[in-house]
Amino acid sequence: MTALQKKEHNPVAHMTPEDIDSLGKELDAVRAEIIDSRGAKDAAYIRRTIDVQRKLELGSRAVLLFSKYKPAFALGTAGLTVSKILENMEIGHNVMHGQWDWMRDPKIHSTTWEWDNASPADLWKHSHNELHHTYTNVLGRDNDLGYGIMRVDEDQPWVPFYLGQPVWNFINACFFEYGIAAYDLELGKYMKGRKDKAVFKRDLGKVGQKVRNQMTRDYVIHPLLAAPTGSWGTTLMANALSNLGRNLWTHSVIMCGHFPEGVETFTKTSIEGESRGEWYLRQMIGSANISGSKAMHIATGNLSYQIEHHLFPDLPSNRYAEISVKVRDICERYGLQYTSGPLPKQVASAWMKVIRLSLPNHIAAKVKFPSRRKPVTPTALPSRRVDTGEVAA
Amino acid sequence: MAHLLSDGPTQNAAGRAPGGAGWRSRAFKLLKATTTPLLPEDYVDLFDPLRTSTVLRARVVDIVAETEDAATVVLRPGRTWRGHVPGQYIRIGVDVDGVRMWRAYSVTSGPREDGCIAITIKAITGGAVSTHLVESLKVGQIVQMEQADGAFVLPEVLPHKILLLTGGSGITPVMGILRHAVEDLDDVILLHSAPRPEDVIFADELRELGANDRITLVERHTDEHGLMDTVELEALVPDWRERETWACGPAGMLEMLEGHWQQAGHAHRLHTERFRPALAEPGEGGTVYFTKADREIECDGARPILDIGEEAGVLMPSGCRMGICYGCVLPMREGSVRDLRTGEVTSATPGDGILIQTCISAAAGRCDLVL
Repeated sequence: MTALQKKEHNPVAHMTPEDIDSLGKELDAVRAEIIDSRGAKDAAYIRRTIDVQRKLELGSRAVLLFSKYKPAFALGTAGLTVSKILENMEIGHNVMHGQWDWMRDPKIHSTTWEWDNASPADLWKHSHNELHHTYTNVLGRDNDLGYGIMRVDEDQPWVPFYLGQPVWNFINACFFEYGIAAYDLELGKYMKGRKDKAVFKRDLGKVGQKVRNQMTRDYVIHPLLAAPTGSWGTTLMANALSNLGRNLWTHSVIMCGHFPEGVETFTKTSIEGESRGEWYLRQMIGSANISGSKAMHIATGNLSYQIEHHLFPDLPSNRYAEISVKVRDICERYGLQYTSGPLPKQVASAWMKVIRLSLPNHIAAKVKFPSRRKPVTPTALPSRRVDTGEVAA
Repeated sequence: MAHLLSDGPTQNAAGRAPGGAGWRSRAFKLLKATTTPLLPEDYVDLFDPLRTSTVLRARVVDIVAETEDAATVVLRPGRTWRGHVPGQYIRIGVDVDGVRMWRAYSVTSGPREDGCIAITIKAITGGAVSTHLVESLKVGQIVQMEQADGAFVLPEVLPHKILLLTGGSGITPVMGILRHAVEDLDDVILLHSAPRPEDVIFADELRELGANDRITLVERHTDEHGLMDTVELEALVPDWRERETWACGPAGMLEMLEGHWQQAGHAHRLHTERFRPALAEPGEGGTVYFTKADREIECDGARPILDIGEEAGVLMPSGCRMGICYGCVLPMREGSVRDLRTGEVTSATPGDGILIQTCISAAAGRCDLVL
């Protein structure tokens, strides 16, 4: 992948400023429609989800008190993993995006929410909502691209360190919550001396406290509670496994969002003076979806609708499915790639890219990597509509 | 786990002063470490939303129709309810089409053994909350509430002669007072106005009090008699100057009374209660007041409050500046703002804390922001 502006074939070259403007207006209309119709049903959805997640967590932890028995261990670990995934993805991530702020319920609000993750809410909201969502896929501005430890683009100069990036990526996946915390701390920036020391120290204190709290809960208190039945060791193991499972899952989902083949990146200068329509366009072609069942969508926090989420990060996640129908139609009409695929395919695609970019360009060029990019023909581009109208007349 | 949740020391310990080193506070700390990043009460809420010690809620136990468009809602408040003085109001928060909205209602119930209280609501045309409460509320539902407040109460030493002046749903705090105190009051005139006889809330009870000479009831029907003026007041209650007076009703009526009492030099003897604060009509731009910083800035109606605040040197939280990251939200206590993207106006009544995104909101009249 090369930054879009440097590509020989620019996938948005066929769009005139008028088209981009009209794209922006159509997407604004989609947004307005959802805002006008959100209400009691949506509120009930998030409350039910939170209720189910908390009861699942309580139930699973209760079962783990007897985890020296294998069925209890298996059931409790599975339940706790699912609960942690729901808590981080469909609930935490989305609440902290402000998707439910319109309910004006202080208990379910982006300003008050704290999640079961090493990264404290306020640090995460800054690096995720403010930086990643504003500068999506802009090389050098969006650190979600490779988290500062990976080579994510052919234009990035290759150094031997990158040979190990499949390994770094796997380690990052296993300890993903700590990876996010380190990343939200802007550890890399600090080590290069580009981050204020006092701010870093304050943030480090916050992360330290959060990690201590999380670890005490999962690896000390709950094992101790299970000690009377002789289940402390298995409970500790179950907590570790559920954290690992949650980390691997979230890492996979997030990698699928912006990393599979077919997703575009952008140069820093290209976003200067960007219009609303241009911003929408960048979000659309810089994200990729995952297709699958309803349960899969919920387990990903509806980040499987990554394109829709990036267009409208603050609309309720339960509405992304219906938005996707409209966005797909818009993509077809405007001749834009709507990248989507089943989970295994998208994960494999993202990993292939990690592996390919670990090699210097001239070696990678010799290995055949499947290209998924197909040129898309617009079916109804506004700027060409006049012509077809004349022909019809 | 279940044992800890149902009768653990959570709630008792939570109310103690910090630093209290008793076993309860230690046990609470341990419990908090067990549930972090949530609080133990977040799990208790799953099973008993009335137990929590940090927010006051109530369960609807009964709904009784009073008139065509008014209903009494009986509430069982949560365990931190501190009780009320007759005449006071409570703020009730309900989710109307998913959005939490708060309104104040007078407590109308008399003494009750079961610890429940009642409020009486008249559905106002176009009033989202009152209509929701009268038409859609169900027995068993949980509502949010706040502790009772208000100074519309009888003094400790009861006055000998009392005049109660009410209009429409303005009868509600007065009913709350009468149900508690009518036995202890000697000379009470209640002058009540309603559009038609069938619109009088608590009609049977009031007429019975009148028939038994507990109070002197003067009922006026404005559809027939028109709005009351000072001349009519003089005729109906010639000795009003001798009476300690409590008045509650529409803004126009209260203004008329306040002017009249003021003129007579008796303003100190008139106690009034307003349900709906006079809301400024949303306009284009206005003064934004930052309550903690104690700063006022003039904002036009076309630019975000964030930009203007920053230009004025106010240290404001900010983020993406395009309405997506919610890094800039501030609670609005009072006033109105307009969403610059949609034109939609959001208003807060005093006491609210509606969170607004300053990067896409312009002032629509005066507003108070907590910063």
